[in-house]
Amino acid sequence: MIVQMIWQSAAVVLGGLLLGLVYKGLDRKLAARMQGRIGPPLRQPFLDVRKLMVKENVVPRDAVPWLFHAAPILALVAAATVLLYLPLGGLAPVLTGRGDLILVLYLLAVPAVAMALGGFAAGTPFSAVGAQREIVMMMSYEFPLAVVVVGIVWRTATLGHSPAFSLAVVSGTPLWSLVGPLGVLGLALLLLCLLVVTPAELSKIPFDIPEAETEIAGGLLVEYSGVNLALFYLADALKTVAMGALVVALFIPYGLAGVFGLEGLVAGIVDVAFFLVKVFAVVFASVTVVRVAMARLKVDQVARGFWIPITTAALAGLVLLILDKAVVG
Amino acid sequence: MSLSAFKRALWVFHVPTGSCNGCDIEIVAALTPRYDVERFGIMLVGTPRHADVLLVTGTVTRPMAERLRRIYEQTPDPKAVVVVGGCGSTSGVFYESYNVAGPVDEIIPVDVYVPGCPVRPEAIIDGVVKAVAKLERPVAKERT
Repeated sequence: MIVQMIWQSAAVVLGGLLLGLVYKGLDRKLAARMQGRIGPPLRQPFLDVRKLMVKENVVPRDAVPWLFHAAPILALVAAATVLLYLPLGGLAPVLTGRGDLILVLYLLAVPAVAMALGGFAAGTPFSAVGAQREIVMMMSYEFPLAVVVVGIVWRTATLGHSPAFSLAVVSGTPLWSLVGPLGVLGLALLLLCLLVVTPAELSKIPFDIPEAETEIAGGLLVEYSGVNLALFYLADALKTVAMGALVVALFIPYGLAGVFGLEGLVAGIVDVAFFLVKVFAVVFASVTVVRVAMARLKVDQVARGFWIPITTAALAGLVLLILDKAVVG
Repeated sequence: MSLSAFKRALWVFHVPTGSCNGCDIEIVAALTPRYDVERFGIMLVGTPRHADVLLVTGTVTRPMAERLRRIYEQTPDPKAVVVVGGCGSTSGVFYESYNVAGPVDEIIPVDVYVPGCPVRPEAIIDGVVKAVAKLERPVAKERT
């Protein structure tokens, strides 16, 4: 049992890494096409990682070495663990447990914390500034994210599906068809909020203020090189897949196999393929298009933007779901 | 794993050491849709720690000499230095000027010179490709 679980975990993490790098390649290629460029080949992220593995791994003189080296590993492990808890298409998650959705929320915060730790541990002004910005960003987007999750979980629980905060239950009951018109409106608002939170969670433009290459020279990654930088790169790839999979699990957990009445191995393959397409659609809509269309925001704009409009929208979605419960029951 | 890893994934860092901005604009031009160096895997990065190649523009002014040396030391190995423009290669019109510490190769070891005032983006891409060949050479020596 344990051995099987280890094999499954290894397969999911390796698959996630591959997929994350492919998505990164697609993201860069499509962004380039939107800007009228040819763009790098699809395998560019793989080449970048291979190159980073060859480079020297510099530890700055003022750094705290153990923390400096631990941060990228922590980020990668946390991102990989999130993936193990998420349902991947027709495949059940490798790990499950009571309240695993809450655990996923916390685990999603860990890579950001690890990056901030690494930034502080590097002991240089740019990385310290980047780390502080990362913390400010986290304080801004975590609340709307929590409201979105609580809204979905609460509505699922009121429809009589238990236990609450279980990813398997939430992704097993697509809410869209179970709630009334008010509920659908509320869900749409929550989905919009989650799609805005996604690029912030992944530190992509317009929320790449902790890295901000043109103003603070790479921010919290400024002192990282070689293998450590490659680990952060991989953690970012894994986190992209994890965020996409979370959005899919919460809002679009539909499968194609049931629609076509497929069974067995074919059903599994079709569902996983459809899942990959859905994750890609989420990443494309909330990361690629947004990052091409927008410029970087300032840190105070991000903090205000998340605390006032986005939080208000998320709370409005929650209130609509509560009203829907009162009307539909 | 060999150093041929650099062939299609090269991150460059731009060090202006007192240039007139002419060459710097041409480096930016190489990133635009017309030349699009990203299709070769060449990417401009914000810190020398991520860089494989340093693109140095302009002759080195006295205050910049120490900084240039430090930036070179901050870049992780293996690395290459490409001097972009006539000023960096020979000091150009600032030859023996009172406020100039000398052309780039008097401060740090240089691998490739790209002359021109300003250089054309094609020449910069060519210079960076030659730098890749330089990065790969130590491995070729080891093999033989």
